[in-house]
Amino acid sequence: MLKISHVSKTFNKGTVNEKKALTDIRLHLEKGDFVTIIGGNGAGKSTLMNMVAGVYPMDCGTIFLDGVNLSREPEYKRAALLGRVFQDPMMGTAASMQIEENLALAARRGRRRGLRWGVTREERARYHEELKRLGLGLEERMTAKVGLLSGGQRQALTLLMATLKEPKLLLLDEHTAALDPKTARKVLELTDEIVTGRHLTAMMVTHNMKDAIAIGNRLVMMSEGRIIYDVKGEEKKRLKVADLLAKFEEASAGAFANDRMLLS
Amino acid sequence: MSGMMLAIQGALGQGILWGIMGLGIYLTFRILDIADLSVDGTFALGGCTCAALMVRAGMDPYLAVLLSTAAGMAAGFVTGILYTKCEIPAILAGILTQLGLYSVNLRIMDKSNTPFLKVDTIFKQLVDGTGLSQSWVSLLAGCVVAFALVGVLYWFFGTELGSAIRATGTNENMARSQGMNTNTYKILGLALSNGMVALSGALVSQHQGYADVKQGMGAIVIGLASIIIGEVILGHKTNFAMKLVSVLVGSCIYRIIVAVVLQLGLSTDDLKLLTAVLVALALSAPVLLEKRRRAASYSEAGEEERHA
Repeated sequence: MLKISHVSKTFNKGTVNEKKALTDIRLHLEKGDFVTIIGGNGAGKSTLMNMVAGVYPMDCGTIFLDGVNLSREPEYKRAALLGRVFQDPMMGTAASMQIEENLALAARRGRRRGLRWGVTREERARYHEELKRLGLGLEERMTAKVGLLSGGQRQALTLLMATLKEPKLLLLDEHTAALDPKTARKVLELTDEIVTGRHLTAMMVTHNMKDAIAIGNRLVMMSEGRIIYDVKGEEKKRLKVADLLAKFEEASAGAFANDRMLLS
Repeated sequence: MSGMMLAIQGALGQGILWGIMGLGIYLTFRILDIADLSVDGTFALGGCTCAALMVRAGMDPYLAVLLSTAAGMAAGFVTGILYTKCEIPAILAGILTQLGLYSVNLRIMDKSNTPFLKVDTIFKQLVDGTGLSQSWVSLLAGCVVAFALVGVLYWFFGTELGSAIRATGTNENMARSQGMNTNTYKILGLALSNGMVALSGALVSQHQGYADVKQGMGAIVIGLASIIIGEVILGHKTNFAMKLVSVLVGSCIYRIIVAVVLQLGLSTDDLKLLTAVLVALALSAPVLLEKRRRAASYSEAGEEERHA
């Protein structure tokens, strides 16, 4: 489904701030793969997601999604095949627009936008059902401005928007990191329900190692712009947090400096 | 009627015609969140194009207004390209277009001022046709155009395309991740906005009886004044159609203020300063009031202590 080959990215090339973010990344995802990605700060997890989404151009390599070469396509064109949820709950929704308008914008991802109505009556009925499934009561507030919602509600809505039109690949970039523990749990459960229930192909960056092990069928660990560990299936299920910590320590040669990893 | 009443009636007619420009500025300033300074140039462009077409080419006044609108859209398109494709900051992109248009406008008219002598303007035709006074005609004709535009804008921003422009102005990141080409929508928004501004410029020129290369000076500030006055009077929490109407109301109130101070003996030379002060006050008042309120309500004691 997703084929990332020899992708590298260096920021601020040729300056004192040069930062090698990704080095020769190779990653192949099968259809229905749900990969969790872990790694310390600056390991290249978010950069990898942004490379796939086309936020900035990559230096070399290719990315194919469902047979389509995305390598040099602009962000808005790739969006037709992708669903994305960001770390910042403010980023994925338009605050000054209504809940149903946000959903309608998402439902038209990858389609020509013309002079037809922005939200139709049939759509409203469908959105009502979809929102009901989130279990947050948003179906009763469909004409409320999204800016009035809490971070967790906005994140759940973004998740719904990302999957309203079935994406070939769902990108979740630490999408529960900015939420309180209880809300984070709820959004994570929703994510698992949607991705597993609909057999979506997904990549999820997380700092929570327990979640990384419990969710999905595959786990990738990154360090200094490289993939240093890649497990799936039964082997992944048997993983313990201690194993990951050991792996991580090994990779960073004992210099275990990342407090966020320790805390999880 | 007293001089003051006549002045106010004239101000209403002017206000509604200038209000059309306010609608255009509302599109960029409030919906796209861009301060587009090309407006000063495109307002004059509308007037100059219209005058050149009617006086020099003998064109029908309605057709001339239509072509002036198209010219404004082209100018907005240029600003849009500079801003999006060339990544020039919006304010600078607008200033570049505005500056360039000054020369363009001089070229179009071949001189700095063109009176509508010996040609029938829309307003003259209507006065002759209906027998109403000039100020009534401008008020009624202005209302027809302005409210038709409000209707079209209300419809347009409810469509898929209009929603995409609104999303682009609210959250570009969201817009792109939902597959919207934000550059295209910004260019489209700037073109539509400047089209309306030029339309207003063409109508105002015909109304005042001449076109001048300097007629757009400070237009952006007048437009902002209309938007802000409208928001203060009719509030933020109204629906979209009312927000658009409030721009027209704001524009009329601005013209009435101007008419009153002129009647009271202020020189027209001082008008620009008055406008600048008015807008600066309107923009800063909410901020300063909020700061004062917060400072006044602060106390060192905790909340419970204070209420005990």
